[in-house]
Amino acid sequence: MDLTTVLQRFQQGDRRALARAITWVENGTPESGELIRSTYPNTGRAHVIGITGPPGAGKSTLVDRLAARFRELGQSVAIVAVDPTSPFSGGAILGDRIRMQRTLTDPGVFMRSLASRGHLGGISIATGDVVGLLDAFGFDVILVETVGAGQSEVEIMELAHTTTVVLIPGMGDDIQAIKAGILEIGDVFAVNKADRDGADRTVMEIEMMLDLGHMGEAGINRWQGEAQINSGAAQRLDRTGHHGHADMSAAFTVSASARHAADRHGTANPGDLSWRPPVVKTTAKDGIGVEGLVDRMTQHLQFLRETGRWELLKQRDAAAKLRELITLRAARTVLDRAAAAGDLARLTGDVAARTLDPYTAAEEVLQRHLGI
Amino acid sequence: MRKLRVLVAKLGLDAHDRGAKVVARAYRDAGFEVIYTGIYQRPEAVAEAAIQEDVDIVAISSLAGAHLTLIPQLIQLLRDQGADDMLVLAGGVIPDEDVPDLIKAGVAGVFGPGSDLDEIIRFTRERATQER
Repeated sequence: MDLTTVLQRFQQGDRRALARAITWVENGTPESGELIRSTYPNTGRAHVIGITGPPGAGKSTLVDRLAARFRELGQSVAIVAVDPTSPFSGGAILGDRIRMQRTLTDPGVFMRSLASRGHLGGISIATGDVVGLLDAFGFDVILVETVGAGQSEVEIMELAHTTTVVLIPGMGDDIQAIKAGILEIGDVFAVNKADRDGADRTVMEIEMMLDLGHMGEAGINRWQGEAQINSGAAQRLDRTGHHGHADMSAAFTVSASARHAADRHGTANPGDLSWRPPVVKTTAKDGIGVEGLVDRMTQHLQFLRETGRWELLKQRDAAAKLRELITLRAARTVLDRAAAAGDLARLTGDVAARTLDPYTAAEEVLQRHLGI
Repeated sequence: MRKLRVLVAKLGLDAHDRGAKVVARAYRDAGFEVIYTGIYQRPEAVAEAAIQEDVDIVAISSLAGAHLTLIPQLIQLLRDQGADDMLVLAGGVIPDEDVPDLIKAGVAGVFGPGSDLDEIIRFTRERATQER
């Protein structure tokens, strides 16, 4: 299939064209630029839900159940599942389909397995663009399952509207250990394998951790400065206490139901509309608790929309993507020019021989080839 | 070099997946991205998976004797959906006299018991890069 055929069939809803488009985007082939150009205007509609958690927590089984539940609710579902690439061979075993037998031949479900291809953030570099294609194709819900994650695989929160952290009972002190990692990024928590001993205790530990963070001034999962937002001032978009500063202004009209959503999940102060992440017990293998989990995800989406955060997230994503692309392209351009002029080899030699320090060498390259 | 993607699958009532796992592992170690779908799959489910995953190769492991029925069915399903550029391989317990029928149905290579893993990899890489 050539680009014109793929684009044409993509618009008509052909799944094979979608699959080929994903391959091109994943491989960064010459066609991918035009693909993204022509599909991008149709993105920004789907509810992107991240599913992350340690290996063996039951993420794939849960995703299978979630997809089936969203189908019952009449939503079309795309699944993106990321598994690790071997650092030795560059190959990968992508086994998430084994657990996803419930919806495999349902035409309202599309699933794609991606290898992490050396990227360490829990997803692959191309995952965002793949999600964009699925979004443009028209799926209502996109479930993104990360590689088994521990403390630092937090990139999913940059991609998903609703990040779901899946944990299991019996982690004991491990919960303490990952407190500063993926526990900070959850909008919704699932304690899976809840038929095992210790589920209630695990729920309680997470609840306590969330309450501690939630009550603090710049705590976990808080969106700061509602007053500032309402006055339209530039403000810090801070969902997790760890985001960078994003300067944006927005005026929010807060609806009664958003207030209700905030109240329902409990907040430290009356009138504070920050989202307190709910904790849901699930037993994915038997489908128990899945309906409740989907309800919480949908409520979170509603909360984002009604408080104007949905639009703010779009701003944030656009800013991050632009920054990423400019950084990559600028760096590559400068390096190419410096290499072509022979400066790179010369300076590398000087730095290796200790006749020049790396900071001065970099400065020289930037002055000469970027003009700063 | 383009990353080659291979779907390793078992069709029908065939529970013995040791061979499939050994082959999957060999592909991984040779740098392929391997999608493994597990046991008891219908041809429809395998065809759909191959399409969604846009694989270059579909490798079917068969130890239960239904290869002459299920593998041609799978190939027909792939053709119906325009996925006739995928390389289909068969392995496992397949009697020599069945090989010509499988080749006629569109199987590119058949690898019986005792096949050399390196040979499977070499054959796959050579043919898959030609096909697409």
